Amino acid sequence: MLKNLKLKSFFEKYAIYLVLIIEIVLFSILSPYFLSVDNLINILRQVSIVGIMAVGMTFVILTGGIDLSIGGVVACVGVICAKLMVNGVHPIFAILVSLIFAALVGLINAVFSHEFKLIPMIVTLATLQILKGISYIITGAIPVFGFTEEFKVIGQGYLGPIPIPIIIMLVLYVIAYIILTYTSFGQSIYAIGGNEEAVRLTGINIRKQKYLAYILCSLITAVAGIVLLSRVNTAQPSAGIGYEMDVITGAVLGGISMSGGEGKITGVFAGF
Amino acid sequence: MSDIILSMRNVTKKYYGIKAIDSISLDIVRGEIHGIVGENGAGKSTLIKTVSGAISLTDGEIYFENELLKPESPVDAIKKGISVVYQEFNLLPNMAVYENVFFGMEIKKNGFLDRPAMREKSKLILEELGFDIDVNSKVKNLSPAYWQATEIAKSINHEVKLIIMDEPSAPLTEKEVDQLFNVVRKLNDNGITVIYISHKLNEIMELTDRISILRDGNLIKTVETKNTTEQELIKNMVGREINEIYPDKEYSDQEVILRCEGLTSDKVHNVSFEVRKGEIVGFGGLVGAGRTETMRLLFGADNKTSGKIFVENQEVNIKCPVEAIKNGIGLIPEDRKNQGLILNKSIYLNSLLPSLYDYTKYMFIDFKKSREDIKEYTDILKLKALNLEQICLNLSGGNQQKVVITKWLLKNCKILILDEPTRGIDVGTKQEIYQLIKDLALEGKAIIIISSEMPELIGLSHRILVMHEGNLTGELKGEQITQEAIMTLAAL
Repeated sequence: MLKNLKLKSFFEKYAIYLVLIIEIVLFSILSPYFLSVDNLINILRQVSIVGIMAVGMTFVILTGGIDLSIGGVVACVGVICAKLMVNGVHPIFAILVSLIFAALVGLINAVFSHEFKLIPMIVTLATLQILKGISYIITGAIPVFGFTEEFKVIGQGYLGPIPIPIIIMLVLYVIAYIILTYTSFGQSIYAIGGNEEAVRLTGINIRKQKYLAYILCSLITAVAGIVLLSRVNTAQPSAGIGYEMDVITGAVLGGISMSGGEGKITGVFAGF
Repeated sequence: MSDIILSMRNVTKKYYGIKAIDSISLDIVRGEIHGIVGENGAGKSTLIKTVSGAISLTDGEIYFENELLKPESPVDAIKKGISVVYQEFNLLPNMAVYENVFFGMEIKKNGFLDRPAMREKSKLILEELGFDIDVNSKVKNLSPAYWQATEIAKSINHEVKLIIMDEPSAPLTEKEVDQLFNVVRKLNDNGITVIYISHKLNEIMELTDRISILRDGNLIKTVETKNTTEQELIKNMVGREINEIYPDKEYSDQEVILRCEGLTSDKVHNVSFEVRKGEIVGFGGLVGAGRTETMRLLFGADNKTSGKIFVENQEVNIKCPVEAIKNGIGLIPEDRKNQGLILNKSIYLNSLLPSLYDYTKYMFIDFKKSREDIKEYTDILKLKALNLEQICLNLSGGNQQKVVITKWLLKNCKILILDEPTRGIDVGTKQEIYQLIKDLALEGKAIIIISSEMPELIGLSHRILVMHEGNLTGELKGEQITQEAIMTLAAL
């Protein structure tokens, strides 16, 4: 009886890792190339964009919210950054402007869902449409390309044998893990997702935490957008469309509860 | 031996190796009203769940009408005629009363629902119970008393021989409890055996034929109600004599720490009062008199339309709980499960939350120090848990309340508001909480208590303020404090 229970909770906790291991074993039996370093790096690079976005999404879902606008953020950030660079702005400055833009989007999402008590799903669905619209207006539906070599490094470069997008992703996961586990911000986010009213009555500033979560989500998504832009070397107004579903699926597979308050970032990583 | 309807033989249930009930043998006689009493965690709910088939047995057997009950099979229990009315309502709030009554047992005609027949029949059942309810109204629009009625109607609409009621009176007002008693007696007159579980000993004494007392998972004894007293029940429940459950009132005049002037909102009208250091002030009144609402204004949980709050003679602007806490005010809310705790989070996180930023250095939480401090308080409070990481959901009501208290002790607030601090808590823990409240007052903290239990309010408070329909109707001190005086002011 006791053993059964332990086994059950063990499976509940680590299911996603087990599936991952089974997958790895199965694929490596089916294909001798699967376990090769090249292939593994390739897979990691494939998931890096969506993987980065999931870090941001995790914060928002943990508070009990959701952010559907991230696909739009990817597109819009790419387009803005590209347009600036093509017009002679230095890449670093262009990236900075894009990040500030993304932070504003996060702020808008937070304001509408927290202050006006609108459902986050509706708010962010609306921002998604607006952002898509902005991307098309800026580009006139024509792809933008022609960036400097140094900008391409972000998406195409290597640090030793490892592609830079993978490094960016891993670093973000480590930072997110530290924030969620060891900081008061991280712990309050879990608490808010658990029972917002109870947290309000303990004097935690819910507004601040929620704003931070949405802004972080947009910012991290913007990072993914810039990596994507650099990798494909072209800004498409249709970039990032449908990514939100992959991201949410990954996060939920990784054990993040959609109603908030539950789940670990390490699980999300395994989810991809 | 008379006709035994339900017979438990050495029933044992272990959770994680800990015995929740230990080898209980109990016979229920057909046609009796059998009371079960015991402290929180004594095993009452576990015992019921073994009978209803909600959980499996670790050991032992249960016979119903001399037939072995299949363990862990609620369907079998219902088929044989056992029905349970749980403490938490199992109703569908958005559906009509009749739909709830027939949920899972709908009457069908030609494969479709026969709504008129269900309406007719549920109306009949409810009328028989003495309730006049519009069976078409949605459950959520009714009062808790009617939920109870719906729940009972649901349980007796099929052939039922034994009804088990777990704390049925907890959410009801006094008048509604009377009605509930009539229903129970009516059921009993119709030959249905009733097992009635309650914390409220006066109810048990009034209603039952025999009483079984549980303590720490053991059946202490079963007594004839007419041959026992409340004192004896308490003694057997807690395993010790509780002569004076309220601590002495010691109080010497100290300076005013909190002053409210003209607190007003749509439910509270111009309420002014002051509280001194080391003083315990009770708020009396009927449910809905605006006491909780007043405290929520004071704590900044709701917005006040006007009124001033002074802490230590300084006017403070409290618009949200953050500011109240900054000024040293703590609130233990009435609704522990929804407002007091994050149920699926650990004792540690729940206790830490108000003081989160006191233990934060450069964004990072000082886990070691905070854990040590919390442990210190949970030890003082004798919180029973495996460790601080245990989630609050699995704690008993009394221990959950101790977690809520821990978090405000950790925050070290000067003014503590306790709204119904002992609701749903057993006698032993209640006494611990009373002692704690007194100790806190002796330390110089100002305490405000709201309670619907008159003896508790009278037993603890140095001064009682009474409210009625959002107005403060009077103040009672010392010798003036009597049940009659409070009731007179409460029902002005």
